[in-house]
Amino acid sequence: MQTLRRLAPQIVTLLAVCLLVTLFFPGFLDISMSGGRLVGPVIDILKRSAPVALLAIGMTLVIATRGIDLSVGTVIAICGAVAAWAIAGGMGLWAAVALAIGAGLLAGLWNGVLVAVIGIQPIVATLILMTAGRGIAQLITEGRILTFTDPGFAWFGSGTLFGMPVPAVIWIVTGVVMAQLMRRTALGLLVEAIGINRRASALAGVNALVLLIAVYMASGLCAALAGIITAADIRGADANNAGLWLELDAILAVVIGGNSLLGGRFSIAAALLGALIIQTIDTGILLAGFPSEYNLVIKAGLVVIILVLQSPRLATEWYFWRRSVREGPPPATTKEHAR
Amino acid sequence: MNPRLLPLYATIAIFLVACVICYIQFPYMLSTRVLGNLLTDNAYLGIVAVGMTVVILSGGIDLSVGSVIAFSGVFIAVMLRDTGLPAPVVFVLLLIVTTAFGAAMGGLIHGLAMPPFIVTLAGMFLARGAAYMLTIDSVPIDDPFYEMLRKAYYLMPGKGRLTLIGMVMLLSFAVGMVIAHRTRFGASVYALGGGENTARLMGVQVGRTTVGIYAFSGFMAGLSGIVFSVYTGSGYPLATVGTELTAIAAVVIGGTLLTGGSGFVFGTFIGVMTMGLIQTYIVFDGTLSSWWTKIVIGGLLLLFIVLQKGLLRLTSARFSGGLA
Repeated sequence: MQTLRRLAPQIVTLLAVCLLVTLFFPGFLDISMSGGRLVGPVIDILKRSAPVALLAIGMTLVIATRGIDLSVGTVIAICGAVAAWAIAGGMGLWAAVALAIGAGLLAGLWNGVLVAVIGIQPIVATLILMTAGRGIAQLITEGRILTFTDPGFAWFGSGTLFGMPVPAVIWIVTGVVMAQLMRRTALGLLVEAIGINRRASALAGVNALVLLIAVYMASGLCAALAGIITAADIRGADANNAGLWLELDAILAVVIGGNSLLGGRFSIAAALLGALIIQTIDTGILLAGFPSEYNLVIKAGLVVIILVLQSPRLATEWYFWRRSVREGPPPATTKEHAR
Repeated sequence: MNPRLLPLYATIAIFLVACVICYIQFPYMLSTRVLGNLLTDNAYLGIVAVGMTVVILSGGIDLSVGSVIAFSGVFIAVMLRDTGLPAPVVFVLLLIVTTAFGAAMGGLIHGLAMPPFIVTLAGMFLARGAAYMLTIDSVPIDDPFYEMLRKAYYLMPGKGRLTLIGMVMLLSFAVGMVIAHRTRFGASVYALGGGENTARLMGVQVGRTTVGIYAFSGFMAGLSGIVFSVYTGSGYPLATVGTELTAIAAVVIGGTLLTGGSGFVFGTFIGVMTMGLIQTYIVFDGTLSSWWTKIVIGGLLLLFIVLQKGLLRLTSARFSGGLA
């Protein structure tokens, strides 16, 4: 019940966006079964939101520790390049997946060490990998677009599991596992503690150092999964364009999910809903028949509206306004203020 | 020695070392011709980095500038093509639009107490989207006035050409230095970077300053857009993607702390020149691939940040030692 209340704004927004799209495109909610797989715009959105949703999972944790991870888009390119390189080199499917995930974890470890051990601001620490990473990815692919034809690896991008597209299954499973890991154990609480006050949490006995590194590694892991999906989807690794600017979409998803950029309380489910909202807007604009040029402006407009509605200052003023309406004019005594 | 100046000295030292390395390998690199090209090629980046420096000094960030540059190019190209307005009038209109855009973002940041990162991210989408709405094609600019701007240069000794846009960049840095270091607004910017609450207690008008900072960044992005359109001779909505991050990298390499409150506009100039020098070196070498630029810039970023961290620890250790 409490979870539902926390998620209410995001669910209402998602439903409103869906309703809006259905008004313009009546067939939006149609789902049919075709050749053992579900087909329909909604399924398509679930599939296409996979990279941003995966990134949003890791980003939520990083932002909860009062950090930010700008490098995830680049890590997608690196992991895609590593996977394609391994497949093209004949190393086999699972070796490729393992290497890609290893690369993601390594990238996360690098970021985590810079942030937690050396104490660099997260935005700068991850900016380093963001700038250098595309160069590294191009180094791996030698500046070309590495293509491969391995049907086993392509399954991660275009396959079907229980009638659902594999990318959708991957992000939903990852999200559920991560959310359970955070909420069924004390891990989530500790992450929040670091975000609210790292010093205090360290004094209270939280191993902030290890936890911070682990959080950045989780973000790297999510980026690696997204990288595998992206590379498998186009059956090739494009070091220049894979995951380009996805970090910004992921941060947006987290913020639309109502998570504060200043750390503390977080909700992975809300961030995932945020990712779905973004993808629904993207797909909806195309389905509704608007020229794709309008895509960004409409998106920016909707984002501003959502952010303004969630603005902390507006919320406070709304609260005081409601209270003053309910209680009548505030008493002139200073008793209320002294509290 | 003033410890605040140390990052600036380190930046200048690294730039000089890079120059020496380049000179040893390619003696022709230290000619005024290369210098002229360096200034011309990095003019738009330098101008936008001036605005970014002021924003970062205040502890904020402006992610919208790359999109604003692209919007500016498209705006100018479309206005010149579809209306009979002379180019200078279009320039003035554009600068008004981009300055107002920046001011609006500053207003949102202050008025709604939202983080600059998110507000300018939305601004980035909006400006890029507005550019798409004007056109999705690359629009050439043929205007006699533009030809004149592009061909205008001052012949330096050694036959190097200091082009008009190179001069505009140098002028922007001069103006930026005066504004940041010699005006009341600049002092407010530094105070704000030191901490919003302290700044307010000191009597800084936080709202007005915040709006001013982002308006200045918007103005600089507009000016940079004009320079970029002169440089390329066209307007293209997909141009200058990611310039905001290059500009931030230049500011950081220039020795400005991303937390705000500490840094120099001149350092950013050296940062832009260092990044340009790396690119020039790769062009001169001919065998290195362009992706090495990114890796080297990433490495430089790391070097500077670790250096700053070390300096900061050193000075704070000295201060606390003095107190004890």
